[in-house]
Amino acid sequence: MRRDLSLIVTRRQDVLTVVAFFILVITLFPLALGPDPQKLRTLAPAGVWVAAALASLISLDRLFADDWRDGSLEQLLLAPEPLTVVALAKVAAHWLALGLPLVVLSPALGYALGLEGAELGVLAVSLLLGTPVLSLLGAVGAALTLGVRAGGALMALLILPLYVPVLVLGAGAVTEAMYSSAFYAHLSLLGALLAAALPLLPLAIAGALRIALD
Amino acid sequence: MDTGPVGRATTAPSPPHAGKAAPRGELEIAGLSCRRGDQTLFSGVSLSLASGELLFVRGRNGSGKTTLLRILCGLTEPATGEVRWRGQPIRRLEEAARRELLYVGHRDAVKEELTPLENLDIHQGLRGERGDLERQLDALEEAGLGGREDIPVRYLSQGQRRRTALARLLVSPARLWILDEPLTALDRSAVAWLFERIAAYLREGGIVVTTSHQSIDGLPEPRILDLD
Repeated sequence: MRRDLSLIVTRRQDVLTVVAFFILVITLFPLALGPDPQKLRTLAPAGVWVAAALASLISLDRLFADDWRDGSLEQLLLAPEPLTVVALAKVAAHWLALGLPLVVLSPALGYALGLEGAELGVLAVSLLLGTPVLSLLGAVGAALTLGVRAGGALMALLILPLYVPVLVLGAGAVTEAMYSSAFYAHLSLLGALLAAALPLLPLAIAGALRIALD
Repeated sequence: MDTGPVGRATTAPSPPHAGKAAPRGELEIAGLSCRRGDQTLFSGVSLSLASGELLFVRGRNGSGKTTLLRILCGLTEPATGEVRWRGQPIRRLEEAARRELLYVGHRDAVKEELTPLENLDIHQGLRGERGDLERQLDALEEAGLGGREDIPVRYLSQGQRRRTALARLLVSPARLWILDEPLTALDRSAVAWLFERIAAYLREGGIVVTTSHQSIDGLPEPRILDLD
């Protein structure tokens, strides 16, 4: 994981690209909707969440590709550490570098779209719980599509449907927070998803990597 | 055993040890075959390697050398047969046994963004070895990268990149080296250095499996497995 973090640090532009992408997608919403603050406010949770899902998808595309091409992935497979642990560490490093900035930025962007007060907090917490799940799911897709031509597009087809529950719960939590305070149910379900994904998906990632390298 | 750069010629044909039940060794290969698509690359490869032995896998392009080496280190599942390292199936090795195996593949796992020193360090970290800066610097020096330890590999030549990968052999304690085309891009002095290293390693009781299209004159007498 330390290795991955230091690699990501040497490729700062990747982080900037993903963050810039996230911000740009969000700014597209007001441009397309026109200057109606109320409409914008209604769409804000969906907007931020869709942008986060897409940003996660484009950043995960390359998660294993470089390691695969230069042979590092073979070394990861042969490492004494169990592959699930290695996979989890890789995803964790990726999330810290590319997912966490989105979480941190989200209140500011939510505010720009007209969210306020507690809604901003709920938005950040929902992303904090949700984006690691997106990263884990995306990593499964990235591992499955290793070495496939047009892997990125295929990965989107495979993984976007799996993003749906996270998206529904995440955006739902923020929408609930706008009208009532019954957002805890959404957030706890999101937490439950994360709790299930953390031990299970690394197994899937490891399995997919073994197949990719066979 | 002759260890100098001009060692024994190794053109003498040696039986491929196919089919026979081999005596017990550390690395045991039994009845391996490999299919890619509907083509059988090789079949019935059985042999056993004991401490201090060198196996040279020979074959034309596409004969399955790399695949065989990948099977030997447990990356690829063979169609039939099995590989055992000290009695354990290679794909289900315990943690300690995995550390005994060192694979330097065709794709050498050198990160271009990092310097040779950082590359060595992450290699050791990955294997759970405590990185010792002095030892790493010595290894790079010996591999002919003295003075270039801190330049990102991107700015180094192909041969220096390969030397970075091979410097791993010097820092990691292992019982078995699996080296796929280690001579690619190496100049003559680096080849001589590597041969000397391999010879010394075999004397210490290590086992080496390797392939090459180049001449291996200078290596100690290998056992030869011909895949053609």
